[in-house]
Amino acid sequence: MSPDLLKLIFGRLGLESLPLHEPIVVGTFVVVALGGAALLGGLTYFRLWGYLWREWFTTVDHKRIGIMYMILGIVMLLRGFADALMMRGQQMLAFGGSEGYLNAHHYDQVFTAHGVIMIFFVAMPLVTGLMNYVVPLQIGARDVSFPFLNNFSFWMTVGGAVLVMASLFIGEFARTGWLAYPPLSNIGYSPDVGVDYYIWALQVAGVGTTLSGINLICTIVKLRCPGMTMMKMPVFTWTSLCTNVLIVASFPVLTVVLALLSLDRYVGTNFFTNDFGGSPMMYVNLIWIWGHPEVYILVLPAFGIFSEVTSTFSGKRLFGYTSMVYATVVITILSYLVWLHHFFTMGSGASVNSFFGITTMIISIPTGAKMFNWLFTMYRGRIRYELPMMWTIAFMLTFVIGGMTGVLLAVPPADFVLHNSLFLIAHFHNVIIGGVVFGAFAGINYWFPKAFGFKLDPFWGKMSFWFWVTGFYLAFMPLYVLGLMGVTRRLRVFDDPSLQIWFVIAAIGAVFVFIGILSMLMQFAVSLLKREQLKDVTGDPWDARTLEWATSSPPPDYNFAFTPVVHDNDAWWDMKRRGYQRPLTGFKPIHMPSSTGTGIILAGFATAMGFALVWYMWWLAAVSFIAMLAVGIGHTFNYHRDFDIPAEDVIRTEDARTKLLAGAK
Amino acid sequence: MSRLKILALLPLVAALSGCDYIVLAPAGDIAAQQRDLVIISTVLMLLIVVPVMALTVLFAWRYRQSNTQARYEPEWDHSTKLELVIWSAPLLIIVCLGALTWMGTHLLDPYRTLGRIHAERAVDQSKAPLEVDVVALDWKWLFIYPDYGIATVNELAAPVDRPITFRITASSVMNSFYIPALAGQIYAMPGMETKLHAVVNHAGTYKGFSANYSGAGFSGMHFNFQGLDDKGFDTWVAKAKSAGGSLGRAEYLQLEKPSQNEPVRRWGTVDADLYRLILNMCVETGKMCQSEMMAIDAKGGNGHQGLNNTLPLTYDKYARRGAPLGPEPVFVAGTCTPDAPQGKTTASITAPVDTAPLLGAGLKRPSFTPLKSSSFFLGQRPKSDS
Repeated sequence: MSPDLLKLIFGRLGLESLPLHEPIVVGTFVVVALGGAALLGGLTYFRLWGYLWREWFTTVDHKRIGIMYMILGIVMLLRGFADALMMRGQQMLAFGGSEGYLNAHHYDQVFTAHGVIMIFFVAMPLVTGLMNYVVPLQIGARDVSFPFLNNFSFWMTVGGAVLVMASLFIGEFARTGWLAYPPLSNIGYSPDVGVDYYIWALQVAGVGTTLSGINLICTIVKLRCPGMTMMKMPVFTWTSLCTNVLIVASFPVLTVVLALLSLDRYVGTNFFTNDFGGSPMMYVNLIWIWGHPEVYILVLPAFGIFSEVTSTFSGKRLFGYTSMVYATVVITILSYLVWLHHFFTMGSGASVNSFFGITTMIISIPTGAKMFNWLFTMYRGRIRYELPMMWTIAFMLTFVIGGMTGVLLAVPPADFVLHNSLFLIAHFHNVIIGGVVFGAFAGINYWFPKAFGFKLDPFWGKMSFWFWVTGFYLAFMPLYVLGLMGVTRRLRVFDDPSLQIWFVIAAIGAVFVFIGILSMLMQFAVSLLKREQLKDVTGDPWDARTLEWATSSPPPDYNFAFTPVVHDNDAWWDMKRRGYQRPLTGFKPIHMPSSTGTGIILAGFATAMGFALVWYMWWLAAVSFIAMLAVGIGHTFNYHRDFDIPAEDVIRTEDARTKLLAGAK
Repeated sequence: MSRLKILALLPLVAALSGCDYIVLAPAGDIAAQQRDLVIISTVLMLLIVVPVMALTVLFAWRYRQSNTQARYEPEWDHSTKLELVIWSAPLLIIVCLGALTWMGTHLLDPYRTLGRIHAERAVDQSKAPLEVDVVALDWKWLFIYPDYGIATVNELAAPVDRPITFRITASSVMNSFYIPALAGQIYAMPGMETKLHAVVNHAGTYKGFSANYSGAGFSGMHFNFQGLDDKGFDTWVAKAKSAGGSLGRAEYLQLEKPSQNEPVRRWGTVDADLYRLILNMCVETGKMCQSEMMAIDAKGGNGHQGLNNTLPLTYDKYARRGAPLGPEPVFVAGTCTPDAPQGKTTASITAPVDTAPLLGAGLKRPSFTPLKSSSFFLGQRPKSDS
């Protein structure tokens, strides 16, 4: 075939684009390919495809979508963490003239991919998954406001993840750092596919995130059950509301800034170039106007989880509910006024720097108030040390350290000496792992019995907990120390041999965390095997306080046979106290949304379009774009979008639960 | 519990004594004041962080389920007094820290000229500060001493106790100029200038490097900063002078091409206009300088005619700047400098560097030929012939 024809069909994709010269990547590919083949073979052998398609891939049930988000997050955690281990290994070895085992081309992709994956495809799916699962149950709703949109959002997130994973084996990922600052990320300095993968992965996933934000705001505002005024919403629902407001207000900024960057890269505009009037500083400002709210998008739901967990396991009302809500709202608003603290060192004047430094410090006031509220929730409580509570205590002790170093970095003159150093790396891992990751694990251990009807195994849970917590401290405290020695981030080789010991300790810490992750996978496996022993039939294994515990575990498709009526912040606690009797008769048919494959098909075309644009396969991009439009329009003619669960089915489900409950007593 | 904690601290104490905490023990007055702020802020915050951590441990232990002696008040969820305390305690700390921040940020603004050499000595206003022009290149540092007419790569020196004024820019991508022993960092950005005022108080050799990732050769982008006594500095200048060689525009264009782990280099003379040209991104002959472009634009620009005032880009640090769907890459032709008359060809400069993209240290360049901007469809657009 002529080269021109090949170019027309495959764009710049050729056999040379496959990283066959990187033995590590080839090895990874072999393992992934074998694992994938085994998985696909297994699914085919056990004839599970039809089941998966009908019950999971096309589902519009917020609970199943929530679970799929969690699975996505955990799978991507393995990828992101593999990158972390590689970095720790490289930095541990590359001393005394050694180049380590990663060349710059590979290493620079690894740290970029680590950041992108951990934020967008681990933390975001975990947080979104928990919100998706829990929020409708907490507010007594049957589903989210737009169930089809929810399915579509999830698959768009998957599409982004697929693009990032594809870059590992086809071509390369960006070598720019996780925010891809121009000029480095512009076509002049990054002419390869890496940055294009970055752009399209985030654009595809970003559509999903924005839509899911709109969906959850609508859900929380419109679908609360009778009696649940705003100030009677559970705190997790409040933090979810604020998080989704942040998503809707900030993700469009990311979309626009990446669109401008792609215009620079594809059609030769000059928004962020050095000359022709372009300004890279504009990109830096815009990306952080999204980027700073993003960290609160992640951490606010975690705060919500800790609030629920502390109150439940202390057997006590949450202290200072009102101030907790106001603190959340204040953080939401302030998070838009601090973005410049990410680049004090880019030459802003002293007054500008002071302003942004002080607004940043002000955020620590509501955050501090939250910390005290959790403290005084524990005060005069009866604390049960189940796994979610253990994660919460670990969070409280860890997060204050991260908060303190964060405020320190908000002092501009201090930032001048610590910016971009390993101190900064230690700081944000301190708050993201200590806050978001510990929060997600608390949430997983807390709500798992709700989702599956059995608790998670405590032994492996504790293994995971202790390895994670000690591993975290071992891995990141040395980084604080190295930062004070003036060691900067993203270095691949080192000269000073006295630094090596600290990197060795950090690498040991990373191995501990790795054992923690393996223990968690073990915990899931063991719990599945021991599910009969760990079974909970009451639907309320923790003697909890909010509405999601009022229904069965796992909840029926329709969540609640009758929409509950709420009289108190701690609705379920209040119902239990008043001697609530489950209604046993009078069930009616329940109106529910139908499953549809449109979401996954649309996301599939979006992913194909992203891939085509990365490789300049213009025909494929056009075809998939037109296909997307056609499927989207076609879906508007789908009139089979809802159905009624017959009353007999409801009666059968509810009777089964009545029997179970009677058996439990 | 507490005994265990003390034990855990032991290796840390041991480590503290043996290592070089340059950020906490710098050699320059600016960095020392920044260090003071780091310490004062930390102590201020510990005032609240330590009690919170202690209370967390205390409450977690005291109100454990098995301790039935402890009071249990499941309905207690509000106390106005307590709420006042928990909001005002952090507020008070932040008020102090905010005041400190405002003062510290203005006092230690890198653009502000120095008022003192160190805590006991004011700046002698009769003596001019040492001026150094800093250029971050791919992947090395160029230092130009305009007062002495010398230039170095990857080596910087300054006399002790003499204020230094850095003017900082970059050739291609963002870097950050950072000598921890001397003063906090400031970004080096192409087409833009940042400034830093600092002084070194103790003689010695200190590390300087880029603190912002800038591509494949980033790890090797470091240099030694020497604090010398006056005599030592004169010797150092003489050494550069005697190195001979001249850094002009042509030499600079060779120098700025990407290279890694560069050894120290010195030039005895340097084009006096070079830094201005680098900053304005017009070292190449025939290119319009940013300052001129902005001056023209400030007066309303050249109108539609200005759109045609471009020449095809033949020289670039990296190859292949053109976007796949965009026009052929061009640059704006200079209109008013004597050495850049419009229409004069730029063929005399250089051909593009290697046309394949860079991958990184030690890697072979990929074998494929990059997609030319002109051929994304079957049809070939005529290529610019230069």
